[in-house]
Amino acid sequence: MTRSILIFLGAFAAISMSFTALALLPRLQLATVEPTPGTDAYTYEEQLGYEVYQREGCLYCHSQQVRPDGFGSDIARGWGRRGSRPGDYVFDDRHQLGTMRTGPDLHDIASRQPSQDWHLAHLYQPRSVSPGSVMPAYPYLFEVKKESQVRPSEVTVPITPKYAPPGDSVVVATEEALALYEYLMTLKLEELDQSS
Amino acid sequence: MSEATSSSVPRSPGLPPGQSPDDLEANWRRTVDRSTRWPVVAFIASGTFWLIIGSLLALIASFKFQYPDWWTQQAWLTFGRIRPAHLNTVIYGWISMAGVGVATWLWSRLLKTQLRGRGLQLISVVLWNIGMVIGTIGILAGYSRSIEWVEMPYAAFAFIVPAMVLVVASFLLTLRERRVQHLFISVWYLGAAMLWGPFLVMAMLLPIYSGVPEATANWWYAHNILGLWITPMGLAAAYYFIPKVIGRPVYSYHLSYLGFWTLALFYNWAGVHHLVGGPAPQWLATVSIVFSVMMIIPVIVVAVNHHLTVVGHFKKLKYSPTLRFIVFGAMSYTSVSLQGSMQSIRSWQEITHFTHYTIAHSHLGVYAFATMIIFGAIYYIMPRVTDWEWESPRLISIHFWTTGLGVGAYFTALTIGGVIQGLQMLDPDIAFLQIVDSTKPWLVVRSVSGTLMTIGHFVFAYLLVRIMMRSGTRSDGPTYFRPAPAGIFGSRAGDGSTEETPSVEEIEERPGL
Ligand code: HEC
Ligand code: HEM
Repeated sequence: MTRSILIFLGAFAAISMSFTALALLPRLQLATVEPTPGTDAYTYEEQLGYEVYQREGCLYCHSQQVRPDGFGSDIARGWGRRGSRPGDYVFDDRHQLGTMRTGPDLHDIASRQPSQDWHLAHLYQPRSVSPGSVMPAYPYLFEVKKESQVRPSEVTVPITPKYAPPGDSVVVATEEALALYEYLMTLKLEELDQSS
Repeated sequence: MSEATSSSVPRSPGLPPGQSPDDLEANWRRTVDRSTRWPVVAFIASGTFWLIIGSLLALIASFKFQYPDWWTQQAWLTFGRIRPAHLNTVIYGWISMAGVGVATWLWSRLLKTQLRGRGLQLISVVLWNIGMVIGTIGILAGYSRSIEWVEMPYAAFAFIVPAMVLVVASFLLTLRERRVQHLFISVWYLGAAMLWGPFLVMAMLLPIYSGVPEATANWWYAHNILGLWITPMGLAAAYYFIPKVIGRPVYSYHLSYLGFWTLALFYNWAGVHHLVGGPAPQWLATVSIVFSVMMIIPVIVVAVNHHLTVVGHFKKLKYSPTLRFIVFGAMSYTSVSLQGSMQSIRSWQEITHFTHYTIAHSHLGVYAFATMIIFGAIYYIMPRVTDWEWESPRLISIHFWTTGLGVGAYFTALTIGGVIQGLQMLDPDIAFLQIVDSTKPWLVVRSVSGTLMTIGHFVFAYLLVRIMMRSGTRSDGPTYFRPAPAGIFGSRAGDGSTEETPSVEEIEERPGL
């Protein structure tokens, strides 16, 4: 009996310590972190895009953490001008740091690729702008309809002929696709004063 | 605990006529085994069901790299949903449920008492399965929580957490009625896992995390579900079955205590190595690296104990399916852990982190180690709880070779592919699309080996259904790959099993038997 209580207490102590140190302490340590310049609360549309990003699992192929100078070649690759800081994430209630780079890091995507046309075409059919890509296509974030039925408020996406719908149909972005684009445009690392 | 219940197997001086103490012990063991029948069968069968679902999801995910434009119209079939569905079904469905089945059987056996709380366990299976259905459909339908390793929506965990608690309750009730004084090392591991598993899940579900701290909590959790829930179940099984089937005690019993405590103390610090070089406070990553490297101690200890117990008995692998699967698993445990310690080092991570190399490592752990050990344990347990035998050694052999070679090819291909990918990523002059291109052939190998593994899983599921339905003919001895020479496993006639029946004194001294 005493033996089993000892095992229990030992096992309990071990896990409680690491829980405190690895899960709770960082929370306290970072509770007062200030947002980095350019990091703002999400607007309604950006928040919607953020949720689409989570729902479609972009996380499993894209990290959102630029490695600092001297570790890896992220900065040399143009994936950001500086390494990511805790202050970049203060408004993220679901961290999307990620562990895979099947696709490029996206933490600074807005700086290197701001074009809405490019992003929407890429989401509709990645291979139309990046031949040989293995990224999934997301046709269900778009509508294909007759050109004559497109309302003026709607955004038409230019698609290269090889992947464009046949005839006089065009690709129109849904609200979700546009929101996802807006969210991607929040992913931008601004230079920090002290590091420049 | 009173004297009467804490003594070993009851051995009344007035044995029924014609019965030796050995017969009594064998009968008692059979009673204990049978007391676990329904919960164990239910957990193992459910686990296997989720293994099949998980494998199909895995194949879809894998083939999407060869055919990225295949099944893209349906949102629920997109890679980013199929992949977490794969992870959650195999981790919470397959490994956890089948693992609990194996753990339950071991628990009763090692405590030499009938399973208590059988009703609780059966309710638990039902709740657990409901949770898995909700969780899997939830992820596919777009309700993922998008936290790696805990993607299933809260509604799913609302069933799974109570299910886990019910299992723990049944374990505690059984523990109270134990008829052994000495707690074999497997009991330590299982008991601790029953504390750690629910603790982890509940701690991670707390709605208190966000931003970077959420990431550290996330990796604390994910790594510990592996290290403190799945690993102890696998090690407990290996510690029991290797000596049991070979018929020789654990190499060093004292070392096994050392192995347990070092695992308990070191493993749970190791998880944040997933964030090396990221935005998390660097002291965290450093602590994690230090403990990841210190994990070498428990690993070597366990390796010594497992492998030195097998040395000199390799020929038994030719016959016993249980032993073959479990020795494969134990060897993988040593490899995956040493690999893990090495790759937590910064200069190694710099290359391999973020690449397919990590996926290879994960499967060496959860598949080549944990899954193979669970397969082996099930081959031993099912005949004892169903009083029936496996239908076909040939099919077991096919199962072994498809899964063994499959995971071998899977691991090798993604390790090589991942290192190439990592090295290319470090060279800013190589365009990203070129890197994508150079991973493609290795991903083809993954799809092929995954197909092989999935075939193996179907064969296994078939065998399981057959033994559960008691189809085929009842054989009168354990199923071996080929006829085993008389006496090699020290089996006794009539027991229908490979068991030796050591005396009480032997059990105290050689707890492995
Ligand atoms: C199966 C893995 C995978 C998934 C899932 C995935 N991507 Fe990608 N992504 C890639 C690959 C590979 C590339 C690089 C080739 C290319 O440009 O298509 C890429 C490129 C990108 C780029 C361009 C990056 C650059 O540096 O030019 C963006 C933006 C992007 N993905 C966004 C997303 C979004 C948003 C999602 C989720 C809706 C997503 N990706 C899901 C694999 C993936
Ligand atoms: C049928 C054979 C299997 C195949 C083909 C397969 C395939 C895959 C694929 C394609 C991924 C996603 C990799 C990526 O993101 O690029 C994955 C991830 C994963 N699989 Fe499997 N899998 C198989 C069996 C299993 C089993 C049985 C388990 C567990 C018991 C398992 C556990 C995991 C885990 C934990 C991950 C996440 C890895 C990580 O993030 O590091 N897999 N698998």
